[in-house]
Amino acid sequence: MSNVVLEVKGASKRFGGVQALSDVGITIRNSEIYGLIGPNGAGKTTFFNVITGLYIPDSGTFELGGKPYKPSAVHEVAKAGIARTFQNIRLFPEMTALENVMVGRHVRSGSGLLGAMLRTARFEAEEAGIAKLAQELLDYVGIGKYTDYKARTLSYGDQRRLEIARALATEPKLIALDEPAAGMNTTEKIVLRELIDRIRKDGRTILLIEHDVKLVMGLCDRVTVLDYGKQIAEGSPYDVQRDEKVIEAYLGAGHKAH
Amino acid sequence: MKNKLVIFLLAGLGLLVLPLLAQYAGNFWVRIIDFALLYVLLALGLNIVVGYAGLLDLGYIAFYAIGAYMFGLLASPHLAETFPAIQSLFPGGLHTPIWVVIPLGAAIAGLAGVILGAPTLKLRGDYLAIVTLGFGEIIRVFLNNLDAPVNITNGPKGLLKIDSLKIPFVGIDLGKSGSLFGFELSSVTKYYFLFLAIVLISVLICYRLQRSRIGRAWMAIREDEIAAKAMGINTRNMKLLAFGMGATFGGVSGVLFATFQGFVSPESFALQESVMVVAMVVLGGIGHIPGVILGALLLAALPEVLRWVSGELDLQMLTGGRLDAAILRQLLIALAMIAIMLARPRGLWPSPEHGKAAPAAAS
Repeated sequence: MSNVVLEVKGASKRFGGVQALSDVGITIRNSEIYGLIGPNGAGKTTFFNVITGLYIPDSGTFELGGKPYKPSAVHEVAKAGIARTFQNIRLFPEMTALENVMVGRHVRSGSGLLGAMLRTARFEAEEAGIAKLAQELLDYVGIGKYTDYKARTLSYGDQRRLEIARALATEPKLIALDEPAAGMNTTEKIVLRELIDRIRKDGRTILLIEHDVKLVMGLCDRVTVLDYGKQIAEGSPYDVQRDEKVIEAYLGAGHKAH
Repeated sequence: MKNKLVIFLLAGLGLLVLPLLAQYAGNFWVRIIDFALLYVLLALGLNIVVGYAGLLDLGYIAFYAIGAYMFGLLASPHLAETFPAIQSLFPGGLHTPIWVVIPLGAAIAGLAGVILGAPTLKLRGDYLAIVTLGFGEIIRVFLNNLDAPVNITNGPKGLLKIDSLKIPFVGIDLGKSGSLFGFELSSVTKYYFLFLAIVLISVLICYRLQRSRIGRAWMAIREDEIAAKAMGINTRNMKLLAFGMGATFGGVSGVLFATFQGFVSPESFALQESVMVVAMVVLGGIGHIPGVILGALLLAALPEVLRWVSGELDLQMLTGGRLDAAILRQLLIALAMIAIMLARPRGLWPSPEHGKAAPAAAS
């Protein structure tokens, strides 16, 4: 099982009287796109926040690349190797596109105050490396020409891509995208889909949370469906689409599959 | 490139000649410039906390006070007079040299910055401002009351007879006037050159910090703390580092203030001063070093210039004694600040809009 990137078992989370997650477990393998879908309030985002350390789970075991990790602090999770994007884009608006991506290199670089003040050779080399890689990533996601533009001046679709570039800069074992297609028009969705596909082909592993079932079905290798905090189905998109429980969750009881 | 060099040389020459010219008009003017430089140092330090890391600190003057009192205690007769043990240890009185005092002031103030910053880590915006304001006042109240039961700070009377700075090896005493290449240099002019050198070093440090991994992490926290965390930035440590780094500037500035004045008392470190430094940063252009310097120079010099103007015109006489010069001065400063903030809400000299606006979305 060396090709398992993320393994979660028995993740549960309760908010007061609401069991937001109960006993959810997923296994994500190397260079696959794993989808997490479900109707509104199914617990997708809760699950996402649990594995990225924003919420502390009540129970569950978590392993990343074969090593157990404790999702107790957000920055530790990023260091361990999960990079995320946000449903409602969270960039650093007054910093340039390049600086945004350079921030992503924070966990993979180590120069401190003294290096910065004295401009040691090591500092200069590291800084040049960071800038070069950041520019490459901007080119990679297709916004290379906006290097010096402040993030807030970019268009919505470009901001999404900048967020993905920033996440890639942390060299994640797993890149987790929280509803990347939210608020996008059809053309933008097609471009985004190509980008996600390309990232996977380059050997990255992706966890995709999405509302847009069509996007998920076309992209993902495997899918988990959540409903009321429970895992009601897991498998290939084809199988899941035909699952009675899934149809019931999305369309209501009594609806027959055709 | 060549143009830049010429501008740099001209600016350098101007800075060298400035105090000599001001000397002619009177040492009073050089003194004002010296104080303005101290404020530049303070504003640069606060800019790290407020401008880079986005943490509104209304108690910043506390670190200035810590630096000033530290030097005051280590280089005035007060401790030796109060404690016989110290008197017997240093029969000649306490005179700590400059190269011990400045790093020590920076270190102690930096440590104080981290200690005072730690309890505020979870607070943001207004709440943070209120708590830091409280901390600033606590330090002042401490200084005011630590004369009993053991007299450490000499209370409201303050510390007197603080040593002037002496630069070792070359044997320059900044407290006395001297001459150089035939130029008569008064004591305040000598201090000017020392302050200028320290300000220049600080500007260099600020620029370098801004364009570094640490500086980017600070700005990321300012822009969006949750996203910064998700990028693996340990926001707790980075905030403490910002508090500490900003405080070191305050500490150094305080040391210089104490030696320059020769006297410190708690009333120099009132809330009004903290507010003034914040105003310098905001008015000049938050997060932008040239703007912050401009703001500090303007706000430090403006009151003195207005004092001179109202004195020359003898406003009190003109208005038949109804308008006091001191009050008029406050009024004019307030008006100037309101006018500037209305006309230039991002500050007098804000950071440039990188890359104007993005072109129409591609693809």
